[in-house]
Amino acid sequence: MKGKIVKLLTLLMVASLFLAACGGGATEAPAPAEPAEPAAPAEPAETEASEEPAQPAMEEQTVVIGFTSSLTGSQEVSSKRQVNGFNLWMEQVNEAGGVTLSDGTVVKFEAHTYDDESNAERVQELYTRLITEDNADFLISPYSSGLTSAASIVAEQNGKVMITTGAADDDTYKTGNTSLFQLYTPASLYMSSTVDMLKELDPEAKIALVHESDKFSTSVAEGIKPYLEANNFEIVLEEGYASDTADFGPIVNKISGSGATVLLGGGHYNDGTALARAIYDRNIGLKFVYLLVAPADTKFPELGDAALGVATSSQWELAATHNEAEASNLGVEWFGPSGEEFATAYEAAYGDPPTYHVAGGYAAGLVLQKAIIDADSVDPEAVKAALNAMDIMTFYGGTKFDTSEEAHGLQIAHKMVVAQWQKNEAGEFERVIIAPADVATADPLYAPSAP
Amino acid sequence: MQQLSLLLASLPDGILLGFVYGLAAMGLTLIWGVMNVINLSHGPIIALGMFGTFFLFIRMGINPYIGLIPVAGLGLLIGIVIYFVAVHRVINAPHLSSLLATFSVNMIIIGLGTAAFTTSPYNVDFNMGSFRLGSTTILGTRLIAALIAVLFTGGLYLFLYKTRPGRYIRAVTNNRAAAELMGVPSTRILALSFGLGTMLAAVSGALIATFFPFNILSGGSYELKSFVIGVLGGLGNPIGALLGGLILGVLEGIIPAFLETSWVPVIEFALFVVILLVRPKGLFGAK
Repeated sequence: MKGKIVKLLTLLMVASLFLAACGGGATEAPAPAEPAEPAAPAEPAETEASEEPAQPAMEEQTVVIGFTSSLTGSQEVSSKRQVNGFNLWMEQVNEAGGVTLSDGTVVKFEAHTYDDESNAERVQELYTRLITEDNADFLISPYSSGLTSAASIVAEQNGKVMITTGAADDDTYKTGNTSLFQLYTPASLYMSSTVDMLKELDPEAKIALVHESDKFSTSVAEGIKPYLEANNFEIVLEEGYASDTADFGPIVNKISGSGATVLLGGGHYNDGTALARAIYDRNIGLKFVYLLVAPADTKFPELGDAALGVATSSQWELAATHNEAEASNLGVEWFGPSGEEFATAYEAAYGDPPTYHVAGGYAAGLVLQKAIIDADSVDPEAVKAALNAMDIMTFYGGTKFDTSEEAHGLQIAHKMVVAQWQKNEAGEFERVIIAPADVATADPLYAPSAP
Repeated sequence: MQQLSLLLASLPDGILLGFVYGLAAMGLTLIWGVMNVINLSHGPIIALGMFGTFFLFIRMGINPYIGLIPVAGLGLLIGIVIYFVAVHRVINAPHLSSLLATFSVNMIIIGLGTAAFTTSPYNVDFNMGSFRLGSTTILGTRLIAALIAVLFTGGLYLFLYKTRPGRYIRAVTNNRAAAELMGVPSTRILALSFGLGTMLAAVSGALIATFFPFNILSGGSYELKSFVIGVLGGLGNPIGALLGGLILGVLEGIIPAFLETSWVPVIEFALFVVILLVRPKGLFGAK
């Protein structure tokens, strides 16, 4: 009997670990590849090439865009938003008649997508399927650096152009890839605006650098350390935590014991909300809390007062959206709808204001569209060449890719802002921009009052 | 010195959390003790308890501690239903059958839960304040959760030792065939035991929801902790489960004082393997 119990427990351990690993994979087999359908129709956007067709369309060609999304698992919240943004772009461009090439071919777009369950193994399996069985012409990355890193290997092996969005890690672009093109500001530059702001606000601040131990968050933390040190900030605590951490009590006690006055860190949505709540519950007297990703979501204020004062870097904010005049001043080409047009269309389709994850998803489609227009072809090599030569501005910001062998595809033109949750006069939460100063909409809330 | 201060700050947190871990593990170990079934639907039941608190408090405005009563009632009912639907027919089959049966229930609950609630986190914005003892901050929600866990343990003890159904449960645990010969309705007692186990899981989930954000997958980590605790305290021994929970809670308080927090699960599961190898009946033995 004893032997049976030991065997049973061993079996049980394996089964449990499998259960944990599959992360609630309620869908064992991938759903059939069907065109993704946006939730609701949206206003058509202007598409340069479709405005004035040179001649009647001779042929309609459908370009298949493949990607996975995290409908379940830890990346669900941000991933769904990213996909919503992409779907909005696809709906708009198809409704506007697609992209017309100079030979009269009308290019329309169709998305093939699967649920990756926020699981890197699933991502590799599904991207292979998208390429070999669904015959995807171009790829969009999944959400998050970890999943994108997994997908990028498959894309590169098969020579498929992949526009990466929702993936800021720098390292993926430093491995000799030639088919990846990043839209996000790289992770190593994520916190630089925040540090610049801290220099003005409190040069004596003591920093706790506490982050999720995943690819993206570690990359952000490693990237900002030299900049903090160069600006004479003291890093009193540096620590990583597992992605599935629920109890942040010991970590918050460590932050408190370190004498830190500012917390820079976090990771993604689920851990970020738990960490913000733990900091609030213990009221350890931090003057400023900055977390990655989680505070950028419109759901974040569901934490109640734990959300107050929490800041984050944002790839895009409507209040600081980029515009044609800015492009003109910089001498770069403007492309696509304005930020207001994009936001209005998104709210009409999905019912809530767009976050930067939505904007990133939309921009992925927009950049691919522009590359096809510039290439005047859907040939992957021509599109790749157009992406390499691209230097444009959209409502989402600058888009230009590093074309060196050392870091091919790394984004070099996009800039971020720092946003913070504050309360307006009516006592409602609103996300305001606190840095850089030239686009700030409010003063930073520094050392918020205790709960 | 800083380590000592951190230890003093984190230890009470760990102890208080340990009581709740113990309560969750008690549900698992009770079912194993009575019918030799490892309930792999334990984690999702804990998550359902969390959602119980969320909907009762956020949607209906019911205090989470009052809400424990309906959560416990529903937990008991769900357990009885699971027993008759998935467990009863395989109760005498090899262990693998019941393992797979409860694993199927686990997948069904997670699938339905994902469809209904998605996997994005939910937060119960509920605060019972806090107070400081030196460098230690004691959160009201954790203190009350620990007290409730102790109350439930005491209640379970009284139920098992002072009531007729409780005596029946112990009789079935000791020798089901003999109990049946004595007129004990074993099927009903087994269903009741399974229900009590899931009730304890649901209540622990409801308590955890008062201090951590959660989603439908959150029960998985507490299920794993419950296995470790069950092995520490001795599978089938409810009081041992509470003590095992305390040990795990204390470990979670102590380890971060000396190592990075990411070492906590490594050490916990290393301990699991060591106990299985060295003392498979658990530190406090099985009854």
